[in-house]
Amino acid sequence: MRYIEPHGHMVSRTTDDYQAMALAGCAAICEPAFWAGFDRKTADGFYDYFCQLTQHEPKRAAKYGLPHYCWLCINPKESEDMKLADDVLALIPGFLQAKTVLGIGEIGLNKNTRNEVRILEKHIELAVKHDQLILVHTPHLEDKRKGTRLIMDVLKAAGKVKPERVIIDHVEEHTIGEVLDQGFWAGITLYPESKATPVRAVDMLENFASQRVWLNSACDWGHSDPLAVPKAMQEMRRRGHSAAAIDSLVYGNPVRFLSQSKNFKDPQALR
Amino acid sequence: MSDPNPLAGTPRRTRDQVADLHFMDARYKLLDLAAFLDRLEKATGPEDHRVRGLRAALPILLKADGDRVAQILHLWSDPSVAPIEKADTKAASGVWPGLK
Repeated sequence: MRYIEPHGHMVSRTTDDYQAMALAGCAAICEPAFWAGFDRKTADGFYDYFCQLTQHEPKRAAKYGLPHYCWLCINPKESEDMKLADDVLALIPGFLQAKTVLGIGEIGLNKNTRNEVRILEKHIELAVKHDQLILVHTPHLEDKRKGTRLIMDVLKAAGKVKPERVIIDHVEEHTIGEVLDQGFWAGITLYPESKATPVRAVDMLENFASQRVWLNSACDWGHSDPLAVPKAMQEMRRRGHSAAAIDSLVYGNPVRFLSQSKNFKDPQALR
Repeated sequence: MSDPNPLAGTPRRTRDQVADLHFMDARYKLLDLAAFLDRLEKATGPEDHRVRGLRAALPILLKADGDRVAQILHLWSDPSVAPIEKADTKAASGVWPGLK
């Protein structure tokens, strides 16, 4: 069965992972900018990273027949250095001309600090000014509920953000309802330990109206699984869900959200 | 317009069917938790705030409500609402340290 991986940090993965994802039915991969596991010291480091996301990674994915798209930002974990964050934000408009950029992301909060909030506001301004989609990272573990609520307050306060053009990622059982109720899309991230497992994700999909939900693996340099989405699909099949319902969730939903960007092409239309 | 809830049309499963699918998974996780608590008991020093949070969550498992996961995640969440001035770490621990 086909699916879209709407959030995968492929710069951290081997080409074997691209091959495994293609064999498992992946039809396209979208890669948000994120934290490298250490703090980059200069805007030049981000310039190179954005070149990697917009030029090099699409070529690597293409070897396995996979269209590769990306999102650009400075991750909230590096937002405490306001000067660096401003310098990186100034780089982004020059990369928005690239044909595979979907929007601004993954922006958001990490520890819910004032500086993180200020840089989040600037990212949102940038997205509105350039009519870009927004992909939001919500904080980890005990910081998630507070951060998710702060992020939604900032998005609403910006005044010009259309909720249907924003996906709030890494929702869990205690945040998914509020996100959907406020009109945003919700992303469920499948991690072996620290977010939702495939089994819990399917429970959430059975309990909430899931027209504005996508599943992603967020596979990165940490403990993560690039095949997490097909494993959730297998769990849905084990529970007796129809092929059409599964396809609607793991292919139809991401295509509907991402098609709001003029750069995204439905993989089916490319065949 | 797509179906607002594609997974809602599935027939309700019996408890036997759910157990057939997921009992062994839940069984090993419960045994792992028991082993973890035994391991802690043999260790020295004061109780960690994360373990305190874990113990506080255990009664929720025995409630009859259908939203145990959400209740536990709410219990472990930072209850404050305003942004903090500065963080002393990038990491989260899993349980709000102020939980009593």
